[in-house]
Amino acid sequence: MKSFAGKTLRWEWREGVIELTLDHAPANEIGSAMLAELEQFVAASGALAPETSVCIISSARKSVFSAGADLRELYRGAAPLPEKERLAGIRNFLERIHVVLNALDAAPFVIIAAVHGVCFGGGLELALACDIIIADKMARFAFPELRLGLIPGFGGIPRLKRDLGNAFVRDLLFTGRTVNATRAQAVGLVAQLAGEGQALRVARSTAAQITKFDAVTRAAAKKFIKPVPHDELRREIDLFCELFARPAVMAALKKFIEDSGPMPYLP
Amino acid sequence: MRTLEQTTQEVLDLAAKHFQLPAGSLAPADDFFKKLGIDSLQTLEMLSRIENHFGIELPDYEVQGVSDFRTLAERIQSRL
Repeated sequence: MKSFAGKTLRWEWREGVIELTLDHAPANEIGSAMLAELEQFVAASGALAPETSVCIISSARKSVFSAGADLRELYRGAAPLPEKERLAGIRNFLERIHVVLNALDAAPFVIIAAVHGVCFGGGLELALACDIIIADKMARFAFPELRLGLIPGFGGIPRLKRDLGNAFVRDLLFTGRTVNATRAQAVGLVAQLAGEGQALRVARSTAAQITKFDAVTRAAAKKFIKPVPHDELRREIDLFCELFARPAVMAALKKFIEDSGPMPYLP
Repeated sequence: MRTLEQTTQEVLDLAAKHFQLPAGSLAPADDFFKKLGIDSLQTLEMLSRIENHFGIELPDYEVQGVSDFRTLAERIQSRL
Protein backbone atom coordinates (compact mmCIF):
# COMPACT_ATOMS: atom_id res chain seq x y z
CA MET A 1 0.00 0.00 0.00
CA LYS A 2 1.71 3.20 -1.17
CA SER A 3 -0.73 5.62 0.38
CA PHE A 4 -3.19 5.59 3.23
CA ALA A 5 -5.53 8.08 4.87
CA GLY A 6 -6.85 7.05 8.27
CA LYS A 7 -8.59 8.73 11.17
CA THR A 8 -5.41 9.81 12.96
CA LEU A 9 -2.66 9.79 10.34
CA ARG A 10 -1.90 9.40 6.65
CA TRP A 11 1.08 8.40 4.57
CA GLU A 12 2.23 8.55 1.01
CA TRP A 13 5.21 6.89 -0.72
CA ARG A 14 6.84 8.82 -3.53
CA GLU A 15 10.19 8.20 -5.21
CA GLY A 16 11.74 6.37 -2.29
CA VAL A 17 10.43 8.68 0.44
CA ILE A 18 7.46 7.96 2.71
CA GLU A 19 5.81 10.95 4.33
CA LEU A 20 3.83 10.00 7.42
CA THR A 21 1.64 12.82 8.70
CA LEU A 22 0.05 12.74 12.14
CA ASP A 23 -3.32 14.49 12.11
CA HIS A 24 -5.43 13.66 15.12
CA ALA A 25 -7.28 16.43 16.98
CA PRO A 26 -6.57 18.09 19.24
CA ALA A 27 -2.87 17.38 19.77
CA ASN A 28 -1.95 14.08 18.10
CA GLU A 29 -2.43 12.14 21.32
CA ILE A 30 -1.35 8.52 20.97
CA GLY A 31 -4.29 6.37 21.99
CA SER A 32 -5.83 3.19 20.67
CA ALA A 33 -6.89 4.70 17.31
CA MET A 34 -3.45 6.11 16.49
CA LEU A 35 -1.73 2.97 17.75
CA ALA A 36 -3.83 0.80 15.40
CA GLU A 37 -2.94 3.02 12.44
CA LEU A 38 0.74 3.10 13.42
CA GLU A 39 0.62 -0.71 13.41
CA GLN A 40 -0.82 -0.58 9.89
CA PHE A 41 1.94 1.80 8.89
CA VAL A 42 4.67 -0.47 10.26
CA ALA A 43 3.25 -3.40 8.30
CA ALA A 44 3.04 -1.34 5.10
CA SER A 45 6.50 0.22 5.54
CA GLY A 46 8.00 -3.25 5.95
CA ALA A 47 6.67 -4.15 2.51
CA LEU A 48 7.88 -0.82 1.07
CA ALA A 49 11.31 -1.03 2.71
CA PRO A 50 13.23 -2.42 -0.31
CA GLU A 51 12.26 0.64 -2.34
CA THR A 52 12.38 3.21 0.48
CA SER A 53 15.34 5.38 1.48
CA VAL A 54 13.73 7.77 3.95
CA CYS A 55 10.56 8.25 5.97
CA ILE A 56 9.60 11.68 7.28
CA ILE A 57 7.23 11.87 10.23
CA SER A 58 5.55 15.22 10.77
CA SER A 59 2.35 16.71 12.12
CA ALA A 60 -0.48 18.54 10.40
CA ARG A 61 -1.71 19.97 13.71
CA LYS A 62 -0.98 23.59 14.59
CA SER A 63 1.57 24.13 17.37
CA VAL A 64 2.05 20.45 18.14
CA PHE A 65 4.00 17.42 16.90
CA SER A 66 2.41 15.18 19.54
CA ALA A 67 1.36 15.86 23.13
CA GLY A 68 2.04 12.18 23.95
CA ALA A 69 -0.14 9.35 25.19
CA ASP A 70 -3.89 9.92 25.22
CA LEU A 71 -4.26 10.27 28.97
CA ARG A 72 -7.97 10.98 28.79
CA GLU A 73 -8.61 7.71 26.98
CA LEU A 74 -6.24 5.95 29.36
CA TYR A 75 -8.03 7.22 32.46
CA ARG A 76 -11.57 6.69 31.15
CA GLY A 77 -10.70 3.19 29.99
CA ALA A 78 -8.84 2.18 33.15
CA ALA A 79 -10.90 3.82 35.91
CA PRO A 80 -13.94 1.46 35.83
CA LEU A 81 -11.82 -1.71 35.66
CA PRO A 82 -10.67 -3.92 38.55
CA GLU A 83 -6.91 -3.56 39.19
CA LYS A 84 -5.95 -6.84 37.52
CA GLU A 85 -7.75 -6.00 34.27
CA ARG A 86 -6.46 -2.42 34.39
CA LEU A 87 -2.87 -3.65 34.54
CA ALA A 88 -3.42 -6.23 31.81
CA GLY A 89 -4.86 -3.51 29.58
CA ILE A 90 -1.99 -1.10 30.11
CA ARG A 91 0.59 -3.85 29.59
CA ASN A 92 -1.06 -4.88 26.35
CA PHE A 93 -1.02 -1.28 25.08
CA LEU A 94 2.65 -0.87 26.03
CA GLU A 95 3.65 -4.15 24.38
CA ARG A 96 1.94 -3.04 21.16
CA ILE A 97 3.45 0.47 21.07
CA HIS A 98 6.88 -1.01 21.81
CA VAL A 99 6.54 -3.33 18.80
CA VAL A 100 5.74 -0.29 16.64
CA LEU A 101 8.56 1.90 17.96
CA ASN A 102 11.11 -0.93 17.91
CA ALA A 103 10.21 -1.54 14.26
CA LEU A 104 10.69 2.14 13.42
CA ASP A 105 13.92 2.24 15.43
CA ALA A 106 15.35 -0.70 13.47
CA ALA A 107 13.83 0.05 10.04
CA PRO A 108 16.36 -0.36 7.20
CA PHE A 109 15.61 3.14 5.92
CA VAL A 110 16.31 6.47 7.63
CA ILE A 111 13.49 8.07 9.60
CA ILE A 112 13.38 11.82 10.14
CA ALA A 113 11.10 13.43 12.70
CA ALA A 114 10.18 16.94 11.50
CA VAL A 115 9.07 18.51 14.76
CA HIS A 116 7.24 21.74 15.41
CA GLY A 117 5.51 22.89 18.59
CA VAL A 118 4.86 20.55 21.49
CA CYS A 119 6.73 17.23 21.51
CA PHE A 120 5.97 15.75 24.92
CA GLY A 121 5.98 12.33 26.53
CA GLY A 122 4.92 9.68 24.01
CA GLY A 123 5.40 12.22 21.21
CA LEU A 124 9.03 12.63 22.23
CA GLU A 125 9.33 8.84 22.47
CA LEU A 126 8.10 8.56 18.89
CA ALA A 127 10.67 11.15 17.80
CA LEU A 128 13.41 9.29 19.72
CA ALA A 129 12.70 6.12 17.73
CA CYS A 130 13.56 8.12 14.60
CA ASP A 131 17.13 8.58 13.36
CA ILE A 132 17.24 12.34 12.92
CA ILE A 133 15.18 15.03 14.63
CA ILE A 134 14.79 18.28 12.74
CA ALA A 135 13.09 20.89 14.90
CA ASP A 136 11.39 24.18 14.22
CA LYS A 137 12.90 26.78 16.55
CA MET A 138 9.53 27.03 18.35
CA ALA A 139 9.51 23.29 19.21
CA ARG A 140 9.51 22.24 22.87
CA PHE A 141 10.38 18.88 24.37
CA ALA A 142 9.45 17.33 27.73
CA PHE A 143 9.00 14.14 29.69
CA PRO A 144 6.32 15.21 32.19
CA GLU A 145 5.39 11.65 33.27
CA LEU A 146 6.80 11.87 36.79
CA ARG A 147 4.08 14.38 37.68
CA LEU A 148 1.64 11.49 37.32
CA GLY A 149 3.76 9.15 39.40
CA LEU A 150 4.93 7.33 36.27
CA ILE A 151 7.95 7.04 34.03
CA PRO A 152 7.82 7.37 30.25
CA GLY A 153 6.41 4.06 28.97
CA PHE A 154 7.02 4.08 25.21
CA GLY A 155 10.78 3.49 25.40
CA GLY A 156 11.77 7.05 26.30
CA ILE A 157 14.42 6.52 28.94
CA PRO A 158 16.37 3.70 27.22
CA ARG A 159 16.40 5.60 23.92
CA LEU A 160 17.28 8.96 25.47
CA LYS A 161 20.08 7.29 27.46
CA ARG A 162 21.32 5.63 24.29
CA ASP A 163 21.54 8.93 22.45
CA LEU A 164 22.37 11.51 25.12
CA GLY A 165 24.14 12.09 28.42
CA ASN A 166 22.44 10.72 31.49
CA ALA A 167 22.57 14.15 33.18
CA PHE A 168 20.19 15.65 30.64
CA VAL A 169 17.89 12.63 30.97
CA ARG A 170 17.68 13.23 34.73
CA ASP A 171 17.09 16.97 34.26
CA LEU A 172 14.14 16.27 31.94
CA LEU A 173 12.68 13.51 34.11
CA PHE A 174 13.12 14.95 37.60
CA THR A 175 11.90 18.47 36.75
CA GLY A 176 9.27 17.63 34.11
CA ARG A 177 10.26 20.95 32.53
CA THR A 178 10.01 21.74 28.85
CA VAL A 179 13.15 22.57 26.89
CA ASN A 180 13.32 24.62 23.73
CA ALA A 181 14.75 23.54 20.39
CA THR A 182 18.01 25.44 20.84
CA ARG A 183 18.74 23.68 24.12
CA ALA A 184 17.66 20.35 22.61
CA GLN A 185 20.13 20.86 19.79
CA ALA A 186 22.90 21.85 22.22
CA VAL A 187 22.55 18.54 24.09
CA GLY A 188 22.35 16.51 20.87
CA LEU A 189 18.67 15.60 20.88
CA VAL A 190 17.95 17.73 17.83
CA ALA A 191 20.16 17.26 14.77
CA GLN A 192 19.12 20.33 12.81
CA LEU A 193 17.27 23.54 13.65
CA ALA A 194 14.77 25.01 11.20
CA GLY A 195 13.10 28.40 11.10
CA GLU A 196 9.48 28.77 12.14
CA GLY A 197 7.26 26.62 9.92
CA GLN A 198 10.27 25.23 8.03
CA ALA A 199 10.91 21.84 9.69
CA LEU A 200 9.18 19.81 6.98
CA ARG A 201 10.92 21.71 4.18
CA VAL A 202 14.31 21.10 5.83
CA ALA A 203 13.39 17.43 6.38
CA ARG A 204 12.55 17.02 2.67
CA SER A 205 15.84 18.62 1.67
CA THR A 206 17.71 16.29 4.07
CA ALA A 207 15.79 13.29 2.71
CA ALA A 208 16.80 14.23 -0.84
CA GLN A 209 20.46 14.13 0.22
CA ILE A 210 20.09 10.81 2.08
CA THR A 211 18.54 9.07 -0.92
CA LYS A 212 21.79 9.61 -2.88
CA PHE A 213 23.71 7.06 -0.77
CA ASP A 214 23.90 3.31 -1.22
CA ALA A 215 20.95 1.58 0.48
CA VAL A 216 22.86 -1.47 1.75
CA THR A 217 25.59 0.66 3.35
CA ARG A 218 23.03 3.01 4.86
CA ALA A 219 21.10 0.15 6.45
CA ALA A 220 24.30 -1.49 7.75
CA ALA A 221 25.51 1.80 9.21
CA LYS A 222 22.20 2.38 10.97
CA LYS A 223 22.20 -1.11 12.48
CA PHE A 224 25.79 -0.61 13.68
CA ILE A 225 25.31 2.91 15.11
CA LYS A 226 21.85 2.51 16.64
CA PRO A 227 21.29 -0.81 18.40
CA VAL A 228 17.80 -1.17 19.88
CA PRO A 229 18.16 -1.42 23.71
CA HIS A 230 15.79 -4.41 24.00
CA ASP A 231 16.68 -5.45 27.58
CA GLU A 232 16.13 -1.97 29.01
CA LEU A 233 12.94 -1.57 27.01
CA ARG A 234 11.58 -4.78 28.57
CA ARG A 235 12.49 -3.55 32.04
CA GLU A 236 10.82 -0.22 31.32
CA ILE A 237 7.49 -1.95 30.61
CA ASP A 238 7.75 -3.90 33.89
CA LEU A 239 8.62 -0.80 35.92
CA PHE A 240 5.85 1.24 34.29
CA CYS A 241 3.27 -1.44 35.15
CA GLU A 242 4.58 -1.71 38.70
CA LEU A 243 4.21 2.06 39.18
CA PHE A 244 0.85 2.14 37.39
CA ALA A 245 -0.60 -0.25 39.98
CA ARG A 246 -0.41 2.40 42.70
CA PRO A 247 -3.68 4.26 43.51
CA ALA A 248 -1.83 7.61 43.40
CA VAL A 249 -1.46 7.25 39.63
CA MET A 250 -5.19 7.06 38.95
CA ALA A 251 -5.70 10.08 41.24
CA ALA A 252 -3.02 12.03 39.33
CA LEU A 253 -4.55 11.06 35.98
CA LYS A 254 -7.96 12.23 37.17
CA LYS A 255 -6.49 15.54 38.30
CA PHE A 256 -4.72 15.97 34.96
CA ILE A 257 -7.76 15.39 32.77
CA GLU A 258 -9.81 17.80 34.87
CA ASP A 259 -7.13 20.53 34.65
CA SER A 260 -7.75 23.19 32.01
CA GLY A 261 -4.99 25.49 33.28
CA PRO A 262 -2.17 26.93 31.19
CA MET A 263 0.43 24.42 32.44
CA PRO A 264 -1.44 21.13 32.95
CA TYR A 265 1.76 19.14 32.39
CA LEU A 266 3.16 20.43 35.69
CA PRO A 267 1.87 19.48 39.16
CA MET B 1 22.71 44.65 30.80
CA ARG B 2 19.03 45.39 30.41
CA THR B 3 17.14 47.12 33.21
CA LEU B 4 13.94 45.55 34.54
CA GLU B 5 11.99 48.30 32.79
CA GLN B 6 13.62 47.48 29.45
CA THR B 7 12.97 43.77 29.91
CA THR B 8 9.34 44.44 30.81
CA GLN B 9 8.86 46.58 27.72
CA GLU B 10 10.44 43.95 25.48
CA VAL B 11 8.10 41.29 26.92
CA LEU B 12 5.09 43.53 26.32
CA ASP B 13 6.23 44.17 22.74
CA LEU B 14 6.82 40.44 22.13
CA ALA B 15 3.39 39.51 23.47
CA ALA B 16 1.65 42.23 21.46
CA LYS B 17 3.41 41.11 18.28
CA HIS B 18 2.80 37.39 18.91
CA PHE B 19 -0.90 37.88 19.60
CA GLN B 20 -1.25 40.56 16.92
CA LEU B 21 -2.35 43.33 19.25
CA PRO B 22 -1.70 47.05 18.77
CA ALA B 23 1.58 48.26 20.28
CA GLY B 24 0.93 49.81 23.69
CA SER B 25 -2.24 47.82 24.31
CA LEU B 26 -0.64 45.77 27.11
CA ALA B 27 0.56 47.04 30.49
CA PRO B 28 3.06 45.61 33.03
CA ALA B 29 0.36 44.83 35.61
CA ASP B 30 -1.95 43.07 33.15
CA ASP B 31 -2.93 39.48 33.87
CA PHE B 32 -1.90 37.92 30.58
CA PHE B 33 -4.08 34.84 30.94
CA LYS B 34 -7.16 37.02 31.35
CA LYS B 35 -6.14 39.76 28.95
CA LEU B 36 -4.99 37.43 26.15
CA GLY B 37 -7.20 34.44 26.93
CA ILE B 38 -4.36 32.05 26.12
CA ASP B 39 -4.45 28.26 26.44
CA SER B 40 -1.68 25.82 27.31
CA LEU B 41 -0.26 25.58 23.77
CA GLN B 42 -0.18 29.37 23.42
CA THR B 43 1.53 29.64 26.81
CA LEU B 44 4.29 27.34 25.55
CA GLU B 45 4.57 29.29 22.30
CA MET B 46 5.03 32.48 24.30
CA LEU B 47 7.65 30.80 26.49
CA SER B 48 9.58 29.76 23.35
CA ARG B 49 9.24 33.27 21.95
CA ILE B 50 10.66 34.75 25.17
CA GLU B 51 13.52 32.24 25.43
CA ASN B 52 14.50 32.73 21.78
CA HIS B 53 14.36 36.53 22.07
CA PHE B 54 16.40 36.80 25.28
CA GLY B 55 18.66 33.81 24.56
CA ILE B 56 17.85 32.22 27.92
CA GLU B 57 16.16 29.14 29.36
CA LEU B 58 13.21 29.88 31.62
CA PRO B 59 12.12 26.64 33.30
CA ASP B 60 8.35 26.26 33.43
CA TYR B 61 8.37 25.82 37.20
CA GLU B 62 9.89 29.29 37.61
CA VAL B 63 6.96 30.91 35.83
CA GLN B 64 4.28 28.64 37.26
CA GLY B 65 1.77 30.85 39.07
CA VAL B 66 3.06 34.01 37.37
CA SER B 67 0.27 35.84 35.61
CA ASP B 68 1.41 39.44 35.09
CA PHE B 69 4.03 40.83 32.72
CA ARG B 70 5.99 42.65 35.42
CA THR B 71 6.61 39.50 37.49
CA LEU B 72 7.37 37.55 34.31
CA ALA B 73 9.98 40.18 33.42
CA GLU B 74 11.53 39.79 36.89
CA ARG B 75 11.87 36.03 36.32
CA ILE B 76 13.49 36.69 32.93
CA GLN B 77 15.80 39.30 34.45
CA SER B 78 17.10 36.73 36.95
CA ARG B 79 18.25 34.57 34.02
CA LEU B 80 19.97 37.31 31.97
